[in-house]
Amino acid sequence: MARTILEIRDLEKVYDGGFTALHAVSLDIREGEIFALLGPNGAGKTTLIGTICGLVQPSGGRVTVAGHDTATEYRAARSLIGLVPQEVNLEPFEKVINTVRFSRGLFGKPRNEALIEHVLRQLSLWDKRDSQIRALSGGMKRRVLIAKALAHEPRILFLDEPTAGVDVELRRDMWEVVRGLKEDGVTIILTTHYIEEAEAMADRVGVITRGRLLLVEDKDALMSRLGRKELVIELREPLKAVPDELAGHGLEVLGDGRLLFTYDTQAERTGITRLLAAVQASGLHLRDVETRTSSLEEIFVGLVTEENGADQSGEAAP
Amino acid sequence: MNLRAIAAIFRFEMSRTFRTLGQSVVSPVLTTSLYFVVFGAAIGSRIQEVEGVSYGAFIVPGLIMLTVLQQAISNASFGIYFPKFVGTIYELLSAPVSFLEVTAGYVLAAATKALMIGLIILATSFFFVDLNIAHPVWMVAFLVLTCLSFALFGFIIGIWAQNFEQLQMVPLLAVTPLVFLGGAFYSISMLPPAWQTVSLFNPVVYLISGFRWSFLGLADVPVGWSLLAITAFLIACLATVAWIFRSGWRLRP
Repeated sequence: MARTILEIRDLEKVYDGGFTALHAVSLDIREGEIFALLGPNGAGKTTLIGTICGLVQPSGGRVTVAGHDTATEYRAARSLIGLVPQEVNLEPFEKVINTVRFSRGLFGKPRNEALIEHVLRQLSLWDKRDSQIRALSGGMKRRVLIAKALAHEPRILFLDEPTAGVDVELRRDMWEVVRGLKEDGVTIILTTHYIEEAEAMADRVGVITRGRLLLVEDKDALMSRLGRKELVIELREPLKAVPDELAGHGLEVLGDGRLLFTYDTQAERTGITRLLAAVQASGLHLRDVETRTSSLEEIFVGLVTEENGADQSGEAAP
Repeated sequence: MNLRAIAAIFRFEMSRTFRTLGQSVVSPVLTTSLYFVVFGAAIGSRIQEVEGVSYGAFIVPGLIMLTVLQQAISNASFGIYFPKFVGTIYELLSAPVSFLEVTAGYVLAAATKALMIGLIILATSFFFVDLNIAHPVWMVAFLVLTCLSFALFGFIIGIWAQNFEQLQMVPLLAVTPLVFLGGAFYSISMLPPAWQTVSLFNPVVYLISGFRWSFLGLADVPVGWSLLAITAFLIACLATVAWIFRSGWRLRP
């Protein structure tokens, strides 16, 4: 297993107003992975990133980056981190290449025009290097933010909602960029509330809501552990209602006359054999059988609803 | 010490200056020339001289101070306020830099620009009046100290300000009146005795008096006091900036 590059222990943040944004969050990030932090708006994703990167003062806990404490050895820790913020925060009148050079200088790195060129080319910004930032499209501006974050050769890159408000084509484009960075050996932590994004890119997924990390797991394992599968049965004759012979199997009739059976892959008995036997016994003729895995989105919604439900019942207790 | 970071901030700020050359340099020079025309030539011709010096020459140090103070404050306050406004402050906060380095970058850039403009105005004034500089080394020292301390002051205002109105408020409502009442256009000794005493509570009196002494050898207050006042102001500003960065006030929630 890859070594841990970022270690978060009992990280807490209570804002001045008394709002607790992070409840003792602990998390290890492995070198070279893409980690997706998933959560609804206001879950604490941006606060967590801000606390690690130095934008927000933690109220408690400890963070180390490659062994460097972000509080006591902030120079060593921060120089390993690149941050791409959620908002497109750029000086509108500055030229692309100057703002990227500025970022490198700010992190104390000597001038390196070859590297700047490499970063700009990698992000398809080289042709735009002398353009003022205000003249760029929204997607290009996001690329400039990434270029700035990469200008000092970080080993960890934080992407806070990299594709929020970006059209589908550009989103896929951005994913390609991120995959390319992973191939270069950069560890990537991205926050998102698009499940599709986590599903498409992440090696591991963490789910956060109301400042608590609900779970951290390998994406595939998570999906198979919590995944529910659906079996769609198509008969020769479309159905309007569940036939009496098949009642008691929890079937639903879909709009197109097919039958839907939902089962848990982890259950001891999935009920498939029993169902198919019943179909055969009833004399109905199968035309097609199809299975699908439920998406991460459904898993996520299930988790968050569960947590919120638990919270509310807790509050109602005397 | 992350010297490269200081240099990066300095370069970035100076490039803003050169990008907006008209607004940054031409406008203060034009304004000051107008002062020379109005106060030096038109009104000054009726005033003749103050303490043995032609009125045109008498107001040169005050005019330079007026512009330098405004420039140092507005450059530094805008320099740090703008990243807060457009959100690029995230980069400063997440970079491996200390408060000293960030302050040094912005304050040095703002002070340099103010100093440049001060020197340009000085050069311009030679076109309007006959001018001798009695103590050139002290003149430069006063100018540099003023640029630095008021750039620091502007930096604090920029961190404090939460909107553009607040950003303009202190320079407009406090600094400009203090400069006008600080003897930029007259000698304190020309005031009635009661107002002379009131003037001694105006810190800008010490600045202008000291600066005028370096030009003309004339001073409203002893030059040592002037030096002391500006140094004390510099230290107070430094202490405030140190506190701001330690506490994260208005920067790091």
